[in-house]
Amino acid sequence: MREKLKRIRKEAMSNIEGLDNLDSLEDLRIKYMGKKGELTLALREMGKIPKEERPIIGALANEIRQQIEGELSRAKARLMDEMKRKRMEREKIDISISKNTRKLGHQHPLLHTIKELEDLFISMGFTVVDGPEVETVQYNFDALNSPENHPSRDFSDTFYITEDILLRTHTSPVQIRAMKQIKPPLRIISAGRTFRFDDVDDTHSPMFHQLEGLVIDKKVTMANLMHTIDVFIKELFGEDMKTRFRPHHFPFTEPSAEVDVSCFECKGEGCTHCNGTGWSMELLGCGMVHPKVLENCGIDSEEYSGFAFGMGIDRITMVRHGIDDIRLLFENDNRFLEQF
Amino acid sequence: MLLPLEWLKKYVEIDEDSRTLADKLTLTGSHVEAIISLDKGIENVVVGQVKNIRKHEKADRLLIVDVDIGEDIIQVITGATNFAEGDYVPVALVGAKLPGDIYIEKTNFRGIDSYGMLCSLEELGYEDNVISKEHREGIFVLDKKYPPGSDINDILGLYDEVIELEITPNRPDCLSVVGMAREAAAALDKKLRLPEIKVDNEVDDINNFVESIEIDYDLCNRYYTKVIKDVTIRESPLWLQIRLMEAGVRPINNIVDITNYVMLEFGQPLHAFDLDKLKQKRIVVRRARDGEKIVTLDGVKRDLNSSNLVITDGKEPVAIAGVMGGLDSEITDDTTTVLLESANFNGRSVRLTSKEHNLRSEASSRLEKDLDLNLCEIAAERVCQLVEQIGAGIVVKGTIDVYKSIPRERKIYLRPEKANDLLGTDLTIDDMMDYLQRLELTPTLKDGRLEVIIPTYRSDLNIEEDLIEEIGRIHGFHNIPIKPLVGTLTRGEKPYDKIVEDRADEILRGLGLNQVMTYSFISPRAYDRIRIKPDSKLRDYIELINPLGEDYSVMRTTLIPNMMDLLARNYNYGVKECYAYEIGNIFIPKELPIRQLPIERRTLSIGMYGDVDFYDIKEVVQILFDRLGIVGLEYIREQDDRTFHPNRTASLILKGEEIGIVGEVHGDVMDNYDIGSRVYIAQLNFDKMVEESNLDRRYKPLPKYPGIARDIAVVVDEDVLVGELEKIIWKNSQGLIEKVELFDIYVGDQVEEGKKSVAFSIFYRSSDRTLKDEEVNVIQQAIVEDLEKQLGAVLRA
Repeated sequence: MREKLKRIRKEAMSNIEGLDNLDSLEDLRIKYMGKKGELTLALREMGKIPKEERPIIGALANEIRQQIEGELSRAKARLMDEMKRKRMEREKIDISISKNTRKLGHQHPLLHTIKELEDLFISMGFTVVDGPEVETVQYNFDALNSPENHPSRDFSDTFYITEDILLRTHTSPVQIRAMKQIKPPLRIISAGRTFRFDDVDDTHSPMFHQLEGLVIDKKVTMANLMHTIDVFIKELFGEDMKTRFRPHHFPFTEPSAEVDVSCFECKGEGCTHCNGTGWSMELLGCGMVHPKVLENCGIDSEEYSGFAFGMGIDRITMVRHGIDDIRLLFENDNRFLEQF
Repeated sequence: MLLPLEWLKKYVEIDEDSRTLADKLTLTGSHVEAIISLDKGIENVVVGQVKNIRKHEKADRLLIVDVDIGEDIIQVITGATNFAEGDYVPVALVGAKLPGDIYIEKTNFRGIDSYGMLCSLEELGYEDNVISKEHREGIFVLDKKYPPGSDINDILGLYDEVIELEITPNRPDCLSVVGMAREAAAALDKKLRLPEIKVDNEVDDINNFVESIEIDYDLCNRYYTKVIKDVTIRESPLWLQIRLMEAGVRPINNIVDITNYVMLEFGQPLHAFDLDKLKQKRIVVRRARDGEKIVTLDGVKRDLNSSNLVITDGKEPVAIAGVMGGLDSEITDDTTTVLLESANFNGRSVRLTSKEHNLRSEASSRLEKDLDLNLCEIAAERVCQLVEQIGAGIVVKGTIDVYKSIPRERKIYLRPEKANDLLGTDLTIDDMMDYLQRLELTPTLKDGRLEVIIPTYRSDLNIEEDLIEEIGRIHGFHNIPIKPLVGTLTRGEKPYDKIVEDRADEILRGLGLNQVMTYSFISPRAYDRIRIKPDSKLRDYIELINPLGEDYSVMRTTLIPNMMDLLARNYNYGVKECYAYEIGNIFIPKELPIRQLPIERRTLSIGMYGDVDFYDIKEVVQILFDRLGIVGLEYIREQDDRTFHPNRTASLILKGEEIGIVGEVHGDVMDNYDIGSRVYIAQLNFDKMVEESNLDRRYKPLPKYPGIARDIAVVVDEDVLVGELEKIIWKNSQGLIEKVELFDIYVGDQVEEGKKSVAFSIFYRSSDRTLKDEEVNVIQQAIVEDLEKQLGAVLRA
């Protein structure tokens, strides 16, 4: 009996070692451990051996059973592992192929610029407000101290709906709306569509975009205005960007200035893009709010002062991305939009 | 404006190079847009004196000319004939370089050698628009003696520079060399030396020449008249012509050139009439009569109307005031007596008239602004001085000067502390006084304030802040130390509707749609193209009075035409698939014609073509609503919207109110836009979506208990919408249904004709217990019964 068991063990161990697939493993399990398995049958014969040997043989049989089971489970693990490896070996793919089924939409470059500017000014304490595209002559011109005889009021410059209602020519009427609604102190910005009677060409569009900013508080100075613009330009175009405040004229600010920045092409060296001046011109107009404008909105110009600034976003967008034709911004050609 | 620097330097001492000067002018407010070098790259062209002219024996049209070029006399062949022996002319020597990369070599014309070329102005590189009639053809004969051999560049001032300035409309005084000399003197802190105006010899009496001057006081502010007699019309001296050409003005003849010269110098336009050509010896400035006509200097016959101001001789118009003179009274070679007009007209009238007749000139662009009335006299006297100086005629004694009132110097008070407060500077009163004095303003300190006398030509200075700007700009904005804002406000905000819009942008882009942007105005014909009924409210659009063209003439009441346009454009460009969205305003009038501002409603449009169908765009809409936290969106079959496919379109209903539409575009509309692919469009009231949105998210505990999945398949009429079935399923859920999923629709042999089988998978779960089969069975049973009752559904075995 003892020899028989040992023989079964020897044979089983050798068989298990030679296993090369899971099916044979199951066969082997049945062969030894199944209901009619060799080991099972051998154990059934326990009754035939002398009583005193039974515990010893029994112990041996159990030991052998555990050994076979242990070996079987190790063999199973080994085989599974091998199978997995072989499967992955077979599953080699061409990783150079693209499927092109996922799509992420593209943000319009101009609206992207607006959003960035809004976020930037929000971080500087400005609140975003909105104004209508269709405006009154009163808010678009009169309240902004625009002279009655100013050419910008002509039919050849401004789109009119009635004598008193027009398409706003700038975002500045938002200043008036804000000052009439909000008591100072206030810090607002407003971006949006503006309209001027310009035929379409590569640098003109009858519809374009501006961003307007306004600060009203006690003791606001030109120095504050310049600091605000300086911070904004550096954020937008980089720390090495220089700004130049050039005295200018706007009816609604006094003093007024235009802001030039280092030429985007030559960074200030002077090139054909900047007529050799080293400056990119007229990026932004700004100034201290004209006392008449403050008074028009019911704000005491002796108590409060403020500054305003406005800029063309289309141009900023074009400069940032090297876009040479403003029409591209409004044609919505996928081949253009999907570059951003 | 073009400002020749040599001219400027006559009135103010400038040692700086042009770049430094340009920077200083720019930083004090006179924006230099360009520095233009007059150097045309001419080399080896010298003055030569013609010594001998003889015919070329073998060529009729050629002349052989001996020219003295100083150190030598050379022989040159030319085809021109407009010169005589003794004349001084430009000679391009062998080895000379002319504009346009032309190099002069020794040549041989039919056996005779030519050692150079006599030059015309054109050959010297002058633009057509500044070459006078006399010099358009032939050799450029110089006006007087010059040492033979002199560099022509020196004679013509071609080593000089001109700066191009942008002058803001509030500073018409700067549209002149004198005005800019004042600015330059202030910017550089240099002394100004303006020409002293005086006429030495005046004879006779103006009243012997002119009977009367009458003006329309509404549109004419001043009319100042001088007469010049014994005029000899000829070419101006070269120095005068050069100044004009440098400033971009074509020389005409001595009298006209002087008026133009003085206009450029002082900024006051002038006009010279041939007095003998006036039918009556009087001037009447009045509005034109409707139907009156005038032939202007450019030879164009123009119809006048009562909004045009004209100068008449008491009978008919002889000039359009401030815009252009008449041909009949122009200065010609035969003119002997000149009536000189130095006038100031209503700026608005000049502007509108010049625009109406498309005649913007150096004169009109100045007179349309607020010019100083005192200039009329200064400019007229300066013309007389120059006439005398170059011997063009004799000035007649006396003036006729008509005006209502002439402005005088005024005073503005300035508080120095206010200036520092506004600028953010620490300037002393002395600094401020210095800056003001440099600008020829006269400040006096009185009780801590500055009383500042303002010359009449500074019409732009009216209030304290104006003076603060003057101080600021002469000090230099760039010299103000920048300081961060201080104050009470520190936190910026974005309004809720903008936040929702940003969120919508992210969601839609995440779904693969590109953000687009289109014009707010469209063509009224677009409404036909998208098949809007003639009586539709959508056609209550606002029209522009003065659109750029029909295509941009009405304010849109729908975004669909813009969307169709851009989809069509992409389709034409061969873009295979295009998914786009726009959030923009539509304009809804409160009444027509409008008397108040319209409603501007934020609207969302979505457009798709490519590998998509109705369900794709509907899904985009649904995900957008879900993610914006808008619940309860319903879809109702829409068969009446003519833009859309009658059987593939749904109205979107929220809380019983229509909020938009989604569907396949009608075949006719696709044809109208030439799109050969099915197009899907949705349009939504975004304002309403913002109102109904909810971006707050509260955590709901994750399910703790297992759920039960059940399928249910029913047979219903083909017309029954799946949505209706789903609604009934949900109605019976007793709060225990987590999800209903459609997994099969079957039409065919297995079901009766006209019927379909619809199968759902329903997942039940309770949040507080493990569900029992029996509970679910009861609900399933209730659903089946309700489906049968409501929609005639039969449970499919």
